Amino acid sequence: MRTAFIKTLIELAGQDERIFFLTGDLGYGVVESFRDQFPKRFINMGVAEQNMVGTAAGLAMSGKIPITYSIVTFVALRPLEFIRNDVCYQNLNVKIVGVGAGFSYPQYAATHQAIDDVAILRILPNLVILNPGDPIETRLATIAALKHVGPVYIRIGKKGEPNVHKKDFPFVIGKAVTIKNGKDFTVIATGNILENTAKAVALLEKSGFSVRFLSMPTIKPIDQEAIKGAAKETKAIFTVEETFDIGGLGTATAEVLAELSFKKFFKKIAIPNHYPKEIGSQNYLRGIYGLQPDQIAATIKQYFKK
Amino acid sequence: MRNSLEELKKHARNIRRSVIEISTPVKSSHTGGSFSAVDLLAVLYFEILKIDPKKPQDSLRDIFVYSKGHSSSAFYSTLAERGFFNRKILEEYYRDGGRLPGHPVRNCAPGVEVSSGSLGHGLPMAVGMAVARKYDKSPSRVFAMLSDGECDEGSVWEAIMFSGFHKLDNLIAIVDYNKIQSLGSVKEVLNLEPLKAKWQAFNWAVKEVDGHNLAKIYHSLKKLPFQKGKPSVLIANTVKGRGVSFMENKLAWHYRSLDTPEEYKQAMKEIEKS
Repeated sequence: MRTAFIKTLIELAGQDERIFFLTGDLGYGVVESFRDQFPKRFINMGVAEQNMVGTAAGLAMSGKIPITYSIVTFVALRPLEFIRNDVCYQNLNVKIVGVGAGFSYPQYAATHQAIDDVAILRILPNLVILNPGDPIETRLATIAALKHVGPVYIRIGKKGEPNVHKKDFPFVIGKAVTIKNGKDFTVIATGNILENTAKAVALLEKSGFSVRFLSMPTIKPIDQEAIKGAAKETKAIFTVEETFDIGGLGTATAEVLAELSFKKFFKKIAIPNHYPKEIGSQNYLRGIYGLQPDQIAATIKQYFKK
Repeated sequence: MRNSLEELKKHARNIRRSVIEISTPVKSSHTGGSFSAVDLLAVLYFEILKIDPKKPQDSLRDIFVYSKGHSSSAFYSTLAERGFFNRKILEEYYRDGGRLPGHPVRNCAPGVEVSSGSLGHGLPMAVGMAVARKYDKSPSRVFAMLSDGECDEGSVWEAIMFSGFHKLDNLIAIVDYNKIQSLGSVKEVLNLEPLKAKWQAFNWAVKEVDGHNLAKIYHSLKKLPFQKGKPSVLIANTVKGRGVSFMENKLAWHYRSLDTPEEYKQAMKEIEKS
């Protein structure tokens, strides 16, 4: 996903001289190509994220389109009040890009685990939150973010995730993507757990279920119509995300469902609200927190009664 | 100088009077920090800044970032005195449905460039504007006024370090060093000294000035940058509450407004004489 992001950004920066890239001294092996092609629009801010966000706001007020880049926790949480006051409050055209969504840096422990950022940022007015699930979504989300006038937060995974989508599709901010239709229940996934969820859906289909499978690359604004449609047309809704079970996609979905005039079975599949003590690979941690394909499928089977 | 010293004094007097007039009825705070900044604001807005109140969005204008947003009464009063908007609008300060909030909001009135109120934000934003102007080869300069208490913020020093390293000589900071912050004197709370040496060590060109001597402020700022290839900072030694004897150097006037008619009359009398 990181590669898809930087490749797309370089294409866009070649066409639009307003694009500036600011990094908090991170991005080894990723950002150099931008630096080499656009040295005057590449600024290594040093390990100083508050000044990075303030500087981005100043650039945006001067007609530029700045991107702030670092690992999620450092780009999104360290300078949170700068994102609030400088970027969102003033509604400026700043793009905040965090790498390492979810358990992308699992061995590095919770300082580097992006499991609470969505919940924290989702409350901020004016901010669009994009959480692409594969390289194709990442590329399309990057294009959409740069086209959108206003603050956008994009959280991307790491290197080497496979594509879940087979080809490009019309990416619209705030719109879910229907990967497949079905009538028993709906599974909505966001971000880098999309791959495992796709595998879980395949397992469920094999077991005879008819699954509606949505990818939700925009967490804010949430696609209310897609959720309402799923509630009307299928019998249950499951959300899957590699973040805490408070404040993310599951909560956003529940907020829509709670205001419906009818009741629908709903279940969040996410990380319980504690900082993981376990150390290991992304796969290992996903296994502990029930986010492997067979575990996702098993949870859904357990809760779904035909 | 475009104005005579007498004219500048008159502007400073008008601004101080306006601060009292707008903050007293609504009982807003921060009169002390407003008064310490008035003389600096008068010189900046009437002599130094390349601005046209009739074209507040002119792309080549100098930018002034008022980072000590808590002392907004002085800022709004200066903008009105300079003709950015009608004085009538000052009556909307701090009021139900008014246009002028206790902390300035970007574009709430002509001439308000950024939202401020939280300390440590103005200089980083000014850095971004200075970077953009360097890139665009624009003659526009970026000024930021900081409070002394604000210099406790780490983000200020991140911005200072960055702009010194990147030689942003189109960036000018002014520190309103009135020596009193929110809960005590700067010396007692978190001493900034040696303040001049700190900025110098971060590769800024530094000048110090008596922040209430209009001629000296003018002469300090008339040639910018202080040194080619370095950002400039003017450390202005000021007095909290300057202009009204019973407010001067008193912590309480970080918060208080003029609550009795006697205080109000006395303050106005002293300002008329200033």
